[in-house]
Amino acid sequence: MFNFCTDPDTLPTLQWFACFLTTGKHMGFYASFGTVLLLLAITAPAALLFGFGGASAARSRILPLSWLGKAYIALVRGVPDIAFFLFFVIALDQALEWMRHQVKCPDWDQPIRQGNDFVVCAQAKLPLGTAPQWVHETYGFSLAVLTFAIVFGAFAANVLYGAMRAVPHAQIETAEAYGMSHRQTFWRILVPQMWVYALPGLSNLWMVLIKATPLLFLLGVEDIVYWARELGGTANPRFTDYPHGDWRMWYFLALLIFYLGFTRVSELVLDRIMRRLSHGQATAGGEAQRRAAGGPP
Amino acid sequence: MKKLILATAALALSAGLASADTVRMGTEGAYPPWNFINDNGQVDGFERELGDELCKRAELTCEWVTNEWDSIIPNLVSGNYDVIIAGMSITAEREEVIDFTQNYTPPDPSAYLAMSPDVDVENSVIAAQTNTIQAAFIAEHGWTLVEFATPEETIAAVRNGEADAVLADKAYLAPVAAEEDGLVLLEREEMIGGGVGMGVRESDGELKAKFDAAIQSMKDDGSLNAMITKWEVATTF
Repeated sequence: MFNFCTDPDTLPTLQWFACFLTTGKHMGFYASFGTVLLLLAITAPAALLFGFGGASAARSRILPLSWLGKAYIALVRGVPDIAFFLFFVIALDQALEWMRHQVKCPDWDQPIRQGNDFVVCAQAKLPLGTAPQWVHETYGFSLAVLTFAIVFGAFAANVLYGAMRAVPHAQIETAEAYGMSHRQTFWRILVPQMWVYALPGLSNLWMVLIKATPLLFLLGVEDIVYWARELGGTANPRFTDYPHGDWRMWYFLALLIFYLGFTRVSELVLDRIMRRLSHGQATAGGEAQRRAAGGPP
Repeated sequence: MKKLILATAALALSAGLASADTVRMGTEGAYPPWNFINDNGQVDGFERELGDELCKRAELTCEWVTNEWDSIIPNLVSGNYDVIIAGMSITAEREEVIDFTQNYTPPDPSAYLAMSPDVDVENSVIAAQTNTIQAAFIAEHGWTLVEFATPEETIAAVRNGEADAVLADKAYLAPVAAEEDGLVLLEREEMIGGGVGMGVRESDGELKAKFDAAIQSMKDDGSLNAMITKWEVATTF
């Protein structure tokens, strides 16, 4: 990157590091931080959406819908995350390709499962074999986001289900006394008030989600853990201009600082949100705020 | 109108045929000198050069993909890429799941790397990468085996004393022994496996034939031996 990097062996330590930390391989490492942050930015709202849907379904008066919601929460929470990731991603990929195959190649006469292989016609492959690598990487990333969202959505659904039931029943009764329909009560009274009960559980989930991002590595997405392992490994002078020993510990230390910093910032933000949501609520936090503002003891 | 439809269909079909020549090559990227990621973040190594040359000879467009070792066969079978070119030895166990082209290196000796030259391998703890012929070799003989997911971790285990020696391809261990004073290759070597070949799906006979022809042409004109010598991966044919 710098013009003094042409012969690294002759450089003093500071310049050597400047060149070492700016090789193409290291740029991949820095870019992967963006991948992780992007994953979190997309997965969190998606998981919340899945959670909201699941909790609403579980609370529903329509019995099959309620069963569906409860089954989603129970099954997805009960299966270990890793098993879900490894199985679900491959199964989803094959399911989508199978559907495309049925539509695009109706006159395919060979079986799709040939021994161990899963073979569909070339036009049905998702993404296409001819598609550039970035399409493949985006597709893999999207599958990862979807899987994360479904798994964490189940946990969010459980939290939101509990939060919805925690809203004081008096509030619902009052709403009904005012003649609000079920839908109006739900959207105007229940949902705004449930957040203060949901937030501790959801903030927990957010921390767990941050720490679960290395699972991307299992799905073949090049995330920060992959690069830390790759870059930290012993570099032999035959294969690189920047030989070094086993520096994995230092790279993992950098990751540790990143994750701790990120969770600390998240904690600060969530604290702020909690304070705002507690305003006027009949919780200990709300009560403390009321007294601090000079209300009667 | 009919002509227009036929012409469009022919064009679409031919476009499909032309673009069907892209082959995705799956490799590990963590096993120098066979395959590794160079300073620019690209796949490099003996197999990168070999793969590019074979694709040129077979008149295919090749795209390189990395995948970690443990899921490299399941992902081939599932269709994420079309070929495995990752220093994978031809074994009967793997033949049950995938097909191999003819070998492009002769059976390579596997060597032991240890901290001192007088380690008795039959009564020591040996490290190896999971799902490799070396791990299977140690297990078959009933010696103590410790397995790791990546080749780097096997060597780290010897350095920190978790294992007494590591068994891996000699081509992989030789540069490590040359570079580090504290690690030496033992005199004892083992001949395991049937040479390294490219893995393809069992249903992909056509692709296998194309690569077989390309490998044979490289063997015939000596360019394969030249490449093997250049990268010091194995003995020549």
